[in-house]
Amino acid sequence: MKLSNEFKFAGKRQMIVFAASLLLPLSVIAASQSPTPDAEQVKRGEYLSRAANCMGCHTTRGGEPYAGGRTLKTPFGEFVTPNITPDDETGLGRWNNEDFWQALHSGKARDGSYLYPVFPYTEYTKITREDADAMFAYLRSLKPVAQTNPPHKINSPYDNQFLLFLWRTWYFKEGVYEPDNSKSEEWNRGNYLVQGLGHCNACHTPRNVWGATQDSKLAGGEIMGTYWYAPSLISPLEAGVGEWSTGEIVKLLSTGINEHAVTSGPMATIVRQSLQYLSPEDMRAMAVYLQSIGEKRNGNEAPKKIPPMPERVSKYLALGKPVYEKHCQGCHGESGEGVPGIYPPLAGNRNVTMTSPHNTIRSVLYGGFPPVTAGNPRPYGMPPFQHIIRDNEIAWVVSYIRNTWGNLGSLVSPEEVDNSRGNEF
Amino acid sequence: MKFIIFILLWTISNLANALEPMPPKISDTLEQRVKPCIICHGDEDRAGRDAYYPRIAGKPAGYLFNQLRNFRDGQRYYQAMAILLENMSDDYLLEIAHYFSFLKYPYPQPTANTLSPGETQAVETLIHSGDPDRDIPACSACHGKALTGTKPFIPSLLGLPHAYLAAQFGGWRNGGIMRGQTPDCMSEIANKMTQEEVNALAMWLPTQPVTGESAEAEELPPELVQRCQTILSGEGFIQ
Ligand code: HEC
Ligand code: HEC
Ligand code: HEC
Ligand code: HEC
Ligand code: HEC
Repeated sequence: MKLSNEFKFAGKRQMIVFAASLLLPLSVIAASQSPTPDAEQVKRGEYLSRAANCMGCHTTRGGEPYAGGRTLKTPFGEFVTPNITPDDETGLGRWNNEDFWQALHSGKARDGSYLYPVFPYTEYTKITREDADAMFAYLRSLKPVAQTNPPHKINSPYDNQFLLFLWRTWYFKEGVYEPDNSKSEEWNRGNYLVQGLGHCNACHTPRNVWGATQDSKLAGGEIMGTYWYAPSLISPLEAGVGEWSTGEIVKLLSTGINEHAVTSGPMATIVRQSLQYLSPEDMRAMAVYLQSIGEKRNGNEAPKKIPPMPERVSKYLALGKPVYEKHCQGCHGESGEGVPGIYPPLAGNRNVTMTSPHNTIRSVLYGGFPPVTAGNPRPYGMPPFQHIIRDNEIAWVVSYIRNTWGNLGSLVSPEEVDNSRGNEF
Repeated sequence: MKFIIFILLWTISNLANALEPMPPKISDTLEQRVKPCIICHGDEDRAGRDAYYPRIAGKPAGYLFNQLRNFRDGQRYYQAMAILLENMSDDYLLEIAHYFSFLKYPYPQPTANTLSPGETQAVETLIHSGDPDRDIPACSACHGKALTGTKPFIPSLLGLPHAYLAAQFGGWRNGGIMRGQTPDCMSEIANKMTQEEVNALAMWLPTQPVTGESAEAEELPPELVQRCQTILSGEGFIQ
């Protein structure tokens, strides 16, 4: 046959050229359509770094991204975040994958000294090697920024590597996240995102006097060095979301606001810098996990009985009513019902009734806007009242909203208002 | 009978409505969104309460946009505003800047001039001719002949409270992170003046009635544009 004949004559060399000429156009197409594995890895690393919000801490306000210089105040001193751009002299330019893994997974600097757990390696230790390598590939792809940051100002005696060593022995458990095979893949993904990359524990877990997060994970805690209380993600009386639908959870965490709640202060910043960029799948996985750890109120339990109010108390509350009507009602409504997606309700709002009145007082003192996100690009704001009404009026109105429309919470004094003042600005 | 049932149903449904709280009526406008700003930058006469709050209505949009970014990014310091702007995007700040630039609030009454004729003379010379020996251009060369600003980045000098003016000069002269990338043309000029001149300027400017249109950017001399490069480049500003 003609064809086979021709092939017989074709030498090996021609065959290879022939095959190559067939493949060449293919490989050209491949190169122009899908990025090389490296670019793919960098892109994944960028996504993961967002989810871990590395930029949030390693960038000072208005400064070069990832060049560090932001001061984090804690009871142990003031820490200044290092430059993690690939600059040889002042950043991670000379680091390799191994050095980076040692920092993220084991909390050790390149020279082997212990890093302070203000850098939440206590949570990042759960991140997989593959993810860590991708994040490092991304950091290496950044423009190097030559920026030397000031040293930490650590209070004595905490500026001591031996103490850090002891601390680590007691409180630091090194180890990558281990999936729970009795649970779904989605749940495990959510767990990994919350406990590892998202480092929600860094704020939402109570700390002991040594600054270590305690066993009661995500049970809520005062954030060190700030004046905010990060509520429990377990308790239905605080920010546990066991009774919400996954859709409602996703909406709050990806847009910053839903019908029941709004994120403020440090949480609003986390939503803007990090959570709004999670893929719909990851966001859902996070919601599924959060929903599963949230406790539910006992269904048979009689609704909270409001005890009869001593006259002294009702007199105190009555002082808050006119303040509310004059300054708050226009937005939050006659019965504290708010406007869905615009102004949060105050009736039945757990942030208002929570044991700690801190966040509520801060909202009234300083006001705020929910974060600008793709899902809520033009938010409505709340005015600061610290210049408008006096501390005792703020105490009255906060006590009032904590104890009206079925809400039940402790009364707030002008001293507590004053104690909630102060912030990082 | 039918009628009575109808009335009954009607009252019941009304009662139900009455129990269902009526949410406040909220308009989908920028005015509603920026309510928190109006508390301090509103049109009421604030002189009695706190003479420090500056006017922002009617200022050029590029200038407002630059300042809003400065406050957000820690390059101009005022705690109350830093907290409000913390989580805002450039896009939203630009929209807010345009909104306030179009607002027309009445200007405050000029204050009485308590400077001596000699001091007044010196201030007016500085404003309209500058001092070439010290490399101080006339204020009017940048801020416009009527001192009502040059669009879109240079603000008006009129209609500002005395305390606010004094604080701005103080900020520029004491260094630190006052505004944007210091030093810029305005901080350089403020540092070339004497404390007496600065005091007199902060006294004299509020005595002037606000009249006349703001100047257009094309009227700025090129060497002064060069001098204010960091501000006038207005990266990210869209008209
Ligand atoms: C809550 C704030 C915070 C977050 C979030 C954070 N860091 Fe840090 N990071 C710090 C601080 C503070 C230090 C300095 C610790 C020390 O000096 O002991 C640090 C140190 C480091 C170091 C060691 C640098 C050196 O020069 O030794 C690396 C690497 C690092 N961080 C990378 C990351 C990456 C990657 C992420 C995201 C996965 C991240 N950080 C997220 C606060 C943070
Ligand atoms: C920097 C500290 C910080 C980190 C990190 C953080 N949070 Fe928060 N979070 C807060 C504070 C403070 C509040 C209370 C203010 C508020 O209600 O928005 C809060 C509130 C919340 C609320 C309740 C919001 C409401 O109003 O009902 C949820 C849900 C929540 N956080 C989830 C998370 C999850 C999930 C993560 C990890 C991905 C996380 N947080 C990480 C500080 C933090
Ligand atoms: C101009 C409309 C407006 C007025 C007036 C107003 N608020 Fe608000 N309020 C808001 C908005 C918007 C938020 C969400 C702010 C944020 O995300 O930081 C909010 C949040 C709050 C919160 C926090 C709720 C939560 O879930 O975290 C409390 C508490 C609160 N307001 C109480 C008051 C009180 C008390 C007054 C009167 C003294 C008042 N507000 C006046 C608009 C308003
Ligand atoms: C608590 C009062 C207060 C609130 C609320 C407030 N501001 Fe201000 N604003 C001030 C003060 C005081 C200054 C002057 C700060 C300084 O000394 O630099 C200022 C300055 C400004 C300036 C610069 C003016 C100039 O001529 O340089 C702009 C623009 C501005 N504010 C816009 C806003 C916007 C927009 C909002 C709402 C998101 C807002 N402000 C909310 C008090 C306030
Ligand atoms: C070379 C151009 C130039 C000259 C000359 C100049 N300015 Fe300015 N001035 C500016 C610019 C640009 C700004 C805006 C600064 C900013 O964006 O932070 C400004 C801002 C100001 C402000 C702030 C207004 C506000 O609303 O906050 C005052 C006050 C001021 N100038 C006073 C003066 C006085 C008085 C003189 C004359 C002695 C003068 N300037 C001369 C360019 C100039």
